[in-house]
Amino acid sequence: MATTNGAVENGQLDGKPPALPCPIRNLEVKFTKIFINNDWHDSKSGKKFATYNPSTLEKICEVEEGDKPDVDKAVVAAQAAFQRGSPWRRLDALSRGQLLHQLADLVERDRTILATLETMDTGKPFLHAFFIDLEACIKTFRYFAGWADKIQGKTIPTDDNVVCFTRHEPIGVCGAITPWNFPLMMLAWKLAPALCCGNTVVLKPAEQTPLTALYLGSLIKEVGFPPGVVNIVPGFGPTVGAAISSHPQINKIAFTGSTEVGKLVKEAASQSNLKRVTLELGGKNPCIICADADLDLAVECAHQGVFFNQGQCCTAASRVFVEEQVYGEFVRRSVEYAKKRPVGDPFDAKTEQGPQIDQKQFDKILELIESGKKEGAKLECGGSAMEDRGLFIKPTVFSDVTDNMRIAKEEIFGPVQTILKFKSLEEVIKRANSTDYGLTAAVFTKNLDKALKLASALESGTVWINCYNAVYTQAPFGGFKMSGNGRELGEYALAEYTEVKTVTIKLDDKSS
Amino acid sequence: MSSQAHPDIPAPLANLKIQHTKIFINNEWHGSVSGKKFPVLNPATEEVICRVEEGDKADVDKAVKAARQAFQIGSPWRTMDASERGRLLNKLADLIERDRLLLATMESLNAGKIFSHAYLFDLEVTIKSLRYIAGWADKIHGQTIPSDGDLFTFTRREPIGVCGQIIPWNGPLVMLIWKLGSALSCGNTVIVKPAEQTPLTALQVASLIKEVGFPPGVVNIVPGYGPTAGAAISSHMDIDKVAFTGSTQVGKLIKEAAGKSNLKRVTLELGGKSPCIVFADADLDSAVEFAHQGVFFHQGQICIAASRLFVEESIYDEFVRKSVERAKKYVLGNPLNSGITQGPQIDKEQHDKILDLIESGKKEGAKLECGGGRWGNKGYFVQPTVFSNVTDEMRIAKEEIFGPVQQIMKFKSLDDVIKRANNTTYGLAAGVFTKDLDKAITISSALQAGVVWVNCYSMISPQCPFGGFKMSGNGREMGECGLYEYTELKTVAIKISQKNS
Repeated sequence: MATTNGAVENGQLDGKPPALPCPIRNLEVKFTKIFINNDWHDSKSGKKFATYNPSTLEKICEVEEGDKPDVDKAVVAAQAAFQRGSPWRRLDALSRGQLLHQLADLVERDRTILATLETMDTGKPFLHAFFIDLEACIKTFRYFAGWADKIQGKTIPTDDNVVCFTRHEPIGVCGAITPWNFPLMMLAWKLAPALCCGNTVVLKPAEQTPLTALYLGSLIKEVGFPPGVVNIVPGFGPTVGAAISSHPQINKIAFTGSTEVGKLVKEAASQSNLKRVTLELGGKNPCIICADADLDLAVECAHQGVFFNQGQCCTAASRVFVEEQVYGEFVRRSVEYAKKRPVGDPFDAKTEQGPQIDQKQFDKILELIESGKKEGAKLECGGSAMEDRGLFIKPTVFSDVTDNMRIAKEEIFGPVQTILKFKSLEEVIKRANSTDYGLTAAVFTKNLDKALKLASALESGTVWINCYNAVYTQAPFGGFKMSGNGRELGEYALAEYTEVKTVTIKLDDKSS
Repeated sequence: MSSQAHPDIPAPLANLKIQHTKIFINNEWHGSVSGKKFPVLNPATEEVICRVEEGDKADVDKAVKAARQAFQIGSPWRTMDASERGRLLNKLADLIERDRLLLATMESLNAGKIFSHAYLFDLEVTIKSLRYIAGWADKIHGQTIPSDGDLFTFTRREPIGVCGQIIPWNGPLVMLIWKLGSALSCGNTVIVKPAEQTPLTALQVASLIKEVGFPPGVVNIVPGYGPTAGAAISSHMDIDKVAFTGSTQVGKLIKEAAGKSNLKRVTLELGGKSPCIVFADADLDSAVEFAHQGVFFHQGQICIAASRLFVEESIYDEFVRKSVERAKKYVLGNPLNSGITQGPQIDKEQHDKILDLIESGKKEGAKLECGGGRWGNKGYFVQPTVFSNVTDEMRIAKEEIFGPVQQIMKFKSLDDVIKRANNTTYGLAAGVFTKDLDKAITISSALQAGVVWVNCYSMISPQCPFGGFKMSGNGREMGECGLYEYTELKTVAIKISQKNS
């Protein structure tokens, strides 16, 4: 993800920056079928669905449309691959890690292809796909490759004449439903820990963006994961997604998407077989700018924090609280930034903002913008679609926003910055926390005590101090409250993909 | 380490050229300050392979300066992402894999290892260990801690600093990587002194360190002798930790020097006189083979050698018979040649010591079942030797032999054999052979050994901590806790205006 200044640095001894990568024009889409047992399958129903390029609104290609019977087929394959005695279950943990390293190598080899596909399918700027999405994907596979043979249980000194130890076993067949905003990266966040811990997987990529997932299927096969370990079923939420959430032979489900759908997933999991659930949902993330902050840094971070990826981030800095004394200056500089943001063809190296993902999102964002105007926020810039440009929306800034406005309460998921004013620290803590969301928060201050106080007081799974979107594979990520259940990344992810078994052996005699 | 049929492996590299014979400091090759060189021998032929720059205190000082510089706050090594350290270590593993044939040939030639063992076992363990260690680099966690008071408290696991590492001659490459890899994964810089008998693979790896792109000064290698280069490392006032694998006798000197100088942290992997206990209900053939490999592998030159074999009375005769039969199957000769299954001992000193202990066995009344002396008239070869009717007071039952000599003893009761097994100042490894659940668990708990194998032996795996009780060592290598031996823990406590849980 983007760090403070949005760009990834490539240090070079001679000081010259490397040449920028170029997308592959006229890329042929090779993988459009359902991936089960390392084979490509048609849908049982014979149906296909189209995937579109949101920049041009043209159809890219058609993809096999999975439904419940295809999910059932995938689960059968995943279960077989998970049987005791199977190649996957018998593999040394170190070798599982090796396979993940090799997968990372192939993703690196095909980085340009994947970044091009991702840009075609999502509309995100190509250089962002290349340097951020693909970088994170590769690093995530490598990080979890390293954990595979370090998943350790304990031997435990209990009472009585027994020997007691725990095994951290794979859970079994894991379902994963991934979103359209960072398709490949979010897939890696789930696939890597799942495989690292020895599970088998049935994945549903978002219907808007199935292409990079299917390409990854071809790499899974090329690396040599045993058949059935990874299965990919493209399709829609109410069909494939629902089938996964309620499948009685899927032991765990991981979902990233809206809070609304997350609730349905957890409900279905409960009603079926109490499968374990992890959820990464929405956010209405506070960004708190104190008067003593480095203002340039704060402005830039808050800007990238809300506008990055066309505003389509669960971490979007969508409530910027600025301390009274610096409010006017902050607004002025933020508007300047927003007006300069280059919107355009995502394949153009100068572009920072592409189109929104689809018509539904586009309409929702514009509706919320209108509500901002109606409810009395001050429109500083933007506020409408780019003329004649499909799904593109002008970078929009609202100031004088108050807590009860819809734009201050609802997740917008678009290029809309809302700026609010605050007086005291206790006040802003209360206001920042008064939401059902709790994904991330950011604080800009130079003061040690303020920083630590806010870090401790904010009800968020991640708190950034003097930075934004500083997400690293080594550190856990997830939400408080209705922004999610559980954590992804870091060592903490392993707990979500293992099942703990306690073994207690009675002895005739005990020596400690 | 089974003796199962090997898959096809390439032939050793013909016309091996030794390219690296100098001291490695700051990614550069240096002559010794004194100008001296020392010979490196092929133990199978007693011929000189080449001469290597002989490091002494002055060279160690140079290396320490480089290592200290590379460790400065703000240096490329200190500011490098931990994940990047891991990536470099993985790259090193890639290059070792690339040069597997070269390194195996060199190791076989210099250390007297059977070539197929070097290629299949030493190189395999080396590569796997390095990949394991590389994976830890960005997973070395400190903690945040709910201390009393209005404090925000956390710990950092920092690198210790400049680490001196003294490597033995019995597994030059594996031991090099266990030490160097662990130190680097945690962010330290190192000065390595390979054994004077076997410096070649270490210097070859140095060239790979440079090729991978570790910053200069992070790894420095100073070949030389124990009393000079080794002693200089142990007593250096600017080395923060010393790690040593070798004899208990020398290990004591190192710990003493560390105490006398600057209290540098010390980890030691020393000798052993490891017991193997075989119960009547064991799978006899499996026990015979594991016990055999456990003492004869690499001509008995392993710290874990199963050099006291306690066999339950009722199966004793059968066990001895089968073990003798097994010991007679060796073909001795040049370890680079195919079909050879036993190579030479490393040098004359070891050779003489082993023969002396064999004589003591004969004199003190053990029954010589096979072997019992020198083999051939060139090269440091010893016949595979088996003694039965060994009793606890004999020298061969008490002293570490480090040669192809097996001692088989008899036992009656469980409590008795545990006492006898523990009756040694060593405590490195132990083996237990039984099908009984309770016996297996009870005995593994009772034995004073850092590694206990049940129904197997010598199953060393990088994920598992390895090290000795009592005088077999201090500390552990490999596994998670082995890595922590290369960190220094710092507690940071920040006063805050109000603590909330």
